[in-house]
Amino acid sequence: MSEHGRFRGYAAAFWGMVLRDLTVLRRNLAPFVTRTVMNPLLFVFIFTYVLPRIGQSVQTGAAGVTYATILVPGLVAVGMVFQGISAVALPLSLELGATREIEDRVLAPLPVELVAIEKLVFGAAQGILAGAVVFPLVYVVPATEVTVRVASWPLLVSVILLASLTSGALGLALGTIVRPQQIGLMFALVVVPITFLGCVYYPWAMLHPIGWLKLLVLVNPLVYMSEGLRAALTPDLPHMPTLAFLGALTGATLLLGAIGVRAFVRRTIS
Amino acid sequence: MSGALVVERLAKRYPGPPEITALSGVDLEVQPGEIFGLLGPNGAGKTTTVGVCTTRVRATSGRVLVEGIDVRVRPAAVKRRIGVVTQQNTLDRSCTLHENLYFHCRFFGFSRGDARARADELLQRLRLSDRAGALPLTLSGGLAQRVQIARAIAHRPHILFLDEPTAGLDPQSRLALWELVAELRRDGLTVLLTTHYMEEADRLSDRVAIIDHGRVLVTGTPAELKRTVGAGTVIQVRLARSDADLLVALRGLPGVREVEEAPGGLRILAQGRDGLLSSLVEAAIPYGLQDVAVAEPTLETVFIKLTGRDLRE
Repeated sequence: MSEHGRFRGYAAAFWGMVLRDLTVLRRNLAPFVTRTVMNPLLFVFIFTYVLPRIGQSVQTGAAGVTYATILVPGLVAVGMVFQGISAVALPLSLELGATREIEDRVLAPLPVELVAIEKLVFGAAQGILAGAVVFPLVYVVPATEVTVRVASWPLLVSVILLASLTSGALGLALGTIVRPQQIGLMFALVVVPITFLGCVYYPWAMLHPIGWLKLLVLVNPLVYMSEGLRAALTPDLPHMPTLAFLGALTGATLLLGAIGVRAFVRRTIS
Repeated sequence: MSGALVVERLAKRYPGPPEITALSGVDLEVQPGEIFGLLGPNGAGKTTTVGVCTTRVRATSGRVLVEGIDVRVRPAAVKRRIGVVTQQNTLDRSCTLHENLYFHCRFFGFSRGDARARADELLQRLRLSDRAGALPLTLSGGLAQRVQIARAIAHRPHILFLDEPTAGLDPQSRLALWELVAELRRDGLTVLLTTHYMEEADRLSDRVAIIDHGRVLVTGTPAELKRTVGAGTVIQVRLARSDADLLVALRGLPGVREVEEAPGGLRILAQGRDGLLSSLVEAAIPYGLQDVAVAEPTLETVFIKLTGRDLRE
C-alpha cells in the first residue's frame, strides 16, 4: 500500500471510531446532559439564587461584580473537565480492564496510539458540548446580575479548544492508569481536589493572601481552564496573563496526552 | 517462506519479578487454506503465540510473517489481513449486534452502505437477523462467540485466529461452532485455532502442533501424530473362544506389533491397518468371531507419550 493509501486507511479507521462514539453518545444523551447539568445547576442555584435571597451573599471583593459572574467561567471549566473524566476515563478504565471491549479497536488497521488519540479528541468534543450545556445555565439561573463580555473571539476559541483537549488528555491519562476498582478512590483523590482547588469559585489573583496555596494550585490544569475562560468571558475580573494560561494548557495537553497514550499502549500491547 | 503464517524462533519473556518465559523458540508454518490447530494445556503459550501473530504481544525475539509481512514492522497492514477471536467476549457492550459488525467494517474503511450490507449479510448467515438490535450482554455464550467470529471475518481477512473458541461452551454450541469453522474453511479462509480439547484439534485441524512450556513438541496431521505413538491402530476382537495357536497366527501377520488377551477376546496393537483387517478376520473366523472394533490412538495419547502428563493437568 502506498504511503498515501496507508494514511487514508488510518483516517478511515479513526473516523469509524468517532462514528462509534457518536452513536454511543447519542444513545446516552439523557444521562450525558443529566450528569453535566446537575453539579453546576445546584451550585448556581444555591450560591447565586438561594444565598443572595436569604441575605448570605458571597463577597467578591470587586466593585460591581456579582459572585454569579465569577462563577460563570469556573463552572463552565468544571463542566468540561468533569466531562473529560466521565466520558473518557470511566468507560476507558472498564474497556481496558474487566471487559476488554477495546480489543476490536486495538485490532483495527491503524497504530494503537491513534486509538488512544481518538479517545482524547472525542473526549475534547464532549467537553465542548458540556461547556455549551453549562453556559446558558450559569448565565440564566442566578438571581443577581451576570456580566459576560467576549473581549476577543479568537482568544475564546483558543481557550475552549485547549481547555477541551486538556480535559480529554486528563481523561485519557486517568482512564489508562486507574483500574476499574480504583474509580471511587480516583474521585476522592483527583476529581474533588481538582475541582475545589481549580480557581473555579474564586479568581486565582484573589488567592493572594494565601501565598503557598496560590503557588500550589498551579499544578492543577483546571486552574488554567478557569483562568483562560475568565480572561475570555469576564475580562474585567482579575485573571492570569494570556500567555501563561495558553502555554500551560498546551503543556498540560501534551504532557497528559503523552502519559495517556503511553499508558494506553502499555495496557493494550504486552 | 511461502506459508500464510510463518513463525520463526519466537520467544517471549515477561520481565518479572518473577520473570516468566511464555515462549522459548516456537516455529510454525501455516499453509494457505488449512485449519491449523495449536494444541496444548493451559499455560503452554498458545495465547501468547496468537498474541504475537495478531500484533497484540511484542516478541522478545524471533519473528512472525503474515502473508510475508513482518508483524512488528507493519502491524496495521497485518491487521487488515487477519481476523481475531479472543478467549474473552470482547463485543462492544454499548452497541447492538448490528452496530458491532457495522462499526468493525467502518474501521476497515467500508463505506456506510457496504458496512450496512455486510452486517446484514453476516447476521443473516448466523440466523441472527431478528436480534440485530439486541445488545451483546443479552446473548448466550455460544451466540456471543458466533457474533465474535462474524465480526472477526467481517472485513474479509485471509487468516482467522481463534483462541480457545469453544472454552466454556455447552456441547451443542461447540458442535455448532465446529460446523461454522468448517464452513469458513470451505470459503477459503486459513484458520489458526488454539485449543486444549484434543477432540477439537483432531476433528477440525488439517495439521496440529502440540505445544507445551512455550515450545512446539511436534507438528503434523492428526493421523501422522497418532502414528508416532508406535501402534497406529488398536483392534479389539471379540471371540467365542481363543487359543494359543490363534495368538501365534495373529502375531505372524504383517504390521502386528503386539497381541494380548482382553476380556472376551484379544487386543491387537498394530502399525497401519491396510490389508491387516481382512487377514485378521480370516484368521479369527474359525474361533467364533463376534465383533471387531478398530480404534486409533488419540492426540491425548500423543501428548501423554511426549510429556508424560495429561492434557488437563
